Amino acid sequence: MQRLSEASKIPTVRSRTEIIAFLVMTAALVIAPMVAYPVFLMKALCFALFACAFNLLIGYVGLLSFGHALFFGWASYVSAHAAKVWGVTPEIAILSGAAVAALFGAIVGALAIRRQGIYFAMITLALAQMMFFFAVQAPFTHGEDGIQAVPRGRLFGLINLSDQTSMYATVLVIFLACFLLIYRIINSPFGEVLKAIRENEARAISLGYRTDRYKLLAFVLSATFAGIAGATKALVFQLASLTDVDWPMSGEVILMTLVGGLGTLFGPVAGAFFMVTLENYLTTIGQWVFVVQGVIFVVCVLLFRRGLIGELAHALRIKL
Amino acid sequence: MVEIFGIPSQALFGQLLIGLINGSFYALLSLGLAVIFGMLNIINFTHGAQYMLGAFTAFFLLQYAGLGYWWALIVAPVLVGITGIIIERLFLQWLYKLDHLYGLLLTFGLALIIEGTFRNFFGSSGLPYSVPAELQGGQNLGFMFLPNYRAWVVVFSLVVCLTTWFVIERTRLGAYLRAATENPTLVRAFGINVPRMITLTYGFGVALAAVAGVMAAPVYNVSPQMGSNLIIVVFAVVVIGGMGSIMGAIVTGFGLGVIEGLTKVFFPEASNTVIFIIMAVVLLIRPAGLFGRA
Repeated sequence: MQRLSEASKIPTVRSRTEIIAFLVMTAALVIAPMVAYPVFLMKALCFALFACAFNLLIGYVGLLSFGHALFFGWASYVSAHAAKVWGVTPEIAILSGAAVAALFGAIVGALAIRRQGIYFAMITLALAQMMFFFAVQAPFTHGEDGIQAVPRGRLFGLINLSDQTSMYATVLVIFLACFLLIYRIINSPFGEVLKAIRENEARAISLGYRTDRYKLLAFVLSATFAGIAGATKALVFQLASLTDVDWPMSGEVILMTLVGGLGTLFGPVAGAFFMVTLENYLTTIGQWVFVVQGVIFVVCVLLFRRGLIGELAHALRIKL
Repeated sequence: MVEIFGIPSQALFGQLLIGLINGSFYALLSLGLAVIFGMLNIINFTHGAQYMLGAFTAFFLLQYAGLGYWWALIVAPVLVGITGIIIERLFLQWLYKLDHLYGLLLTFGLALIIEGTFRNFFGSSGLPYSVPAELQGGQNLGFMFLPNYRAWVVVFSLVVCLTTWFVIERTRLGAYLRAATENPTLVRAFGINVPRMITLTYGFGVALAAVAGVMAAPVYNVSPQMGSNLIIVVFAVVVIGGMGSIMGAIVTGFGLGVIEGLTKVFFPEASNTVIFIIMAVVLLIRPAGLFGRA
């Protein structure tokens, strides 16, 4: 059976290409604000981190979560609430968002890993929908209005983030730090066990690995990174709303990762930038956005399963 | 007025009836999902959109062809079933050798396309569809008022569900179907055209969704997003029941509808979430689902 992660089975040339690609990406992101709007770039970076977090699960453990909006959206609510109502500094706001996402990740993960494959996707989707209804009802989320006019505050009490350049620098540092951390996780012994579970779980169990623990930890890590992305996005847009916890958001992060390439390191980043750019051009067409997303889903699944970066890596016979 | 647990019997039985009606739709939809999953190994995310298509087809038939509810109940499932067959031939048949998850992603994409298109033309407000003349009015049962149409929905969906169960579990055709689910290669060796059977099964499962859609049209309004929230609840129903058993899907569907209705009476805040909470509890105590095989 052809696995989801065919893209990552490309002959391994040592990770030098990955280092070069990382340097190119960093350099591009440092100069990018000179040619593109910082808010657009920050949005794309938040989604890129979200997609990388999602890819950690689907690409390296083979688990399809259809409920990642839960972590993204709830973290953005918590961080917005902390910054606005409690008046904490931005780093504390983001960390509290990430902490709540980790906690939810532990609960949802513990429930969802009790079933395999297709059921895993349905369970995560259902639990995320449940938490969406809580978000609609809970008073602190302000329902349809969301939490508006969230102050960006001063990073560490010093750097004023209402300045667009310092905000961009902060988002970029958060993104790069998380990206490197995810890279480290994937290439650690722990990450190797995750890949073994993806390839053949029964065999990993027979080798003595308690796969449930590995899957749960991977789920919590993925939820936490998704939380950091959501919490940061709330500060960038100074807004936390129902859009970020609703199921289309879970679909969108899947699409970004799929477009970029499941199980590739840089795929989610490329996919996020591609989709955010596309949606930027499509804002005028209203509901057709969903149709366009649907068409991209169908095309990717039928013809283009390696994704942008996966195809590139395949063509160049390198690992990206 | 009679009271039960401090709740007026009218309200209690009224909600119970609404629960049974929702349960009818849960049962029809989860049944369709289970049948499709059995043969195609695909979780049909488009199911909610196809339920919506059923309701819209009924609406169009009335609006443009002057065909009423009873015609719609026959014609809409056939038309929507045919679109299902086209979808299977065009898209799904290429996925059987791949990981199951690709099927979920593809049908999710199709659902986005269908629902997005309809939302674009019909906005998000619902269109009214009236109850057929024969079923207007209702019966006063003494303890509650029973609208005829709602009684019809419950009875008819039970009939459809039980007929499906009978065909699959008790007839020769059903035996082929179950055999092909277990071992398609062997069944093909006996000279049975399994690929065609798979196509028709998908068409049939989709038609079931359309039947539910037509029946839902007079109860709820006809609207583009009527299926998208429902399908997530139906997924939870499927997780609770497990997809191994046809009867399990029917019982779970009706049972959860009733529980949801009762929650609306006793603890309305949780009525949206009760099915998901039950799902979490079932996962803790019986991970394979109530009727599932581990």
